[in-house]
Amino acid sequence: MSAVHVLLGILADGTPRHGYDLKQAYDALLPRARPLAFGQAYATLGRMVRDELIAEAGHDSAGGPERTSYQITGAGRDSLAGWLGTVERPAPFVTEALFTKVVVALRTGSDGATARAYLIAQRAAHTDRMRELTRAKTDPAANVSDVVAVDYLLGHLDADLAWMQTTLTRLGALRAELHEGDHR
Amino acid sequence: MTDQPLLTARQLALSYGPTPALRGLDVTVHRGEIVAVTGPSGCGKSSLLHCLAGILRPDSGEVHYAGRRIDTLGEAERSRLRRTEFGVLFQFGQLVAELSALENVALPLLLGGARRSGAYAAAHERLDRLGVDDVAGLLPGEMSGGQLQRVALARALVTDPAVLFADEPTGALDSLAGERVLTELVRESAEHGTTIVLVTHDGKVAAYAHREIALRDGALDPNGLDLSALAGKQGDHR
Ligand SMILES: Nc1ncnc2c1ncn2[C@@H]1O[C@H](COP(=O)(O)OP(=O)(O)O)[C@@H](O)[C@H]1O
Ligand SMILES: [Mg+2]
Repeated sequence: MSAVHVLLGILADGTPRHGYDLKQAYDALLPRARPLAFGQAYATLGRMVRDELIAEAGHDSAGGPERTSYQITGAGRDSLAGWLGTVERPAPFVTEALFTKVVVALRTGSDGATARAYLIAQRAAHTDRMRELTRAKTDPAANVSDVVAVDYLLGHLDADLAWMQTTLTRLGALRAELHEGDHR
Repeated sequence: MTDQPLLTARQLALSYGPTPALRGLDVTVHRGEIVAVTGPSGCGKSSLLHCLAGILRPDSGEVHYAGRRIDTLGEAERSRLRRTEFGVLFQFGQLVAELSALENVALPLLLGGARRSGAYAAAHERLDRLGVDDVAGLLPGEMSGGQLQRVALARALVTDPAVLFADEPTGALDSLAGERVLTELVRESAEHGTTIVLVTHDGKVAAYAHREIALRDGALDPNGLDLSALAGKQGDHR
């Protein structure tokens, strides 16, 4: 996911904002996402100006270095509306390292023991992380966006967990199939 | 937490006719822990819970509670233990249909010989803490699933049990109502040191526990390694 549409979404209220402001707003809007690096924020804003999605709204230097503020353009609003209205392709590719590791382990281990040991340890790490997230979620101080973010993570970890459980059960058969493929 | 486990099962075996449900299971639960018993349907979770809670007697093996062997006790003794030390919560609250929420919650105290006024006051307090005192006068048939289950939880906790056994307590609830019940369980354990044995097949529910005991075909799941158990972390939780 590119940062472009998140930044457009923050600017959509029409208020011009500085780069630093935008980075802070981005991180606050997406708790538990990877924070936006400063370099990435400024590079993205530069591209957005070039593509006329945003425009410079002014410069000020209140005692410090000069800061540029940005505002959304008509093209920026169209781009945001288009993005929000577009359905994401549901999981077009398997990208998880989890899956890759299991398949590679199955090819290298002589009896599936490597894959099994990996899955057992990974499963334990997943349940540990789920407990940690659940504690964060049941903390009375948790706010709504944090709870929503944790729900998202928990749902995905739980799906991983179910897949790992099934794979552990299926391991023998899976490995046999892989090796059969080698002999054809 | 003392080193002495609160609840121990050794070599538990149980069959229903020819079907073995538990095949020589060892389980240890410490005071104040929330332990999730997990595994696919039919793996023996409910059977284990019933044996630990003294509801069922295992065919062989032993169950010890607070240093005392309980599986060999007579029915009267076990029922007294269940009434005074244990609380039980099932998937479908199992409230008495003809009694109001308040009467249901007061029931364990009344059966234990408590006076009516004291029992009702305690029941109101419990219902209030779980946010359902407003349904105190309603019959079970007049309540939502989430309310029913919180009333059932109030009934299970009204005697201040040392151990709460919960068997798929959120299995019949939508996720937000389930969350509310689980949050109350965790709070009860944190505030009163209640030990909780939580049976579930749902990974998201199990994540409310401090530790997991994974079952498979009536035995410990060989794939069910638990990091928190390995790191000896179960004592970290109050
Ligand atoms: N009352 C019963 N009569 C006969 N078989 C039973 C009875 N209760 C459970 N079983 C069997 O015992 C096994 C374990 O059941 P149970 O402890 O209920 O598992 P779980 O709670 O994990 O679903 C299953 O094969 C189940 O069909
Ligand atoms: Mg069951």
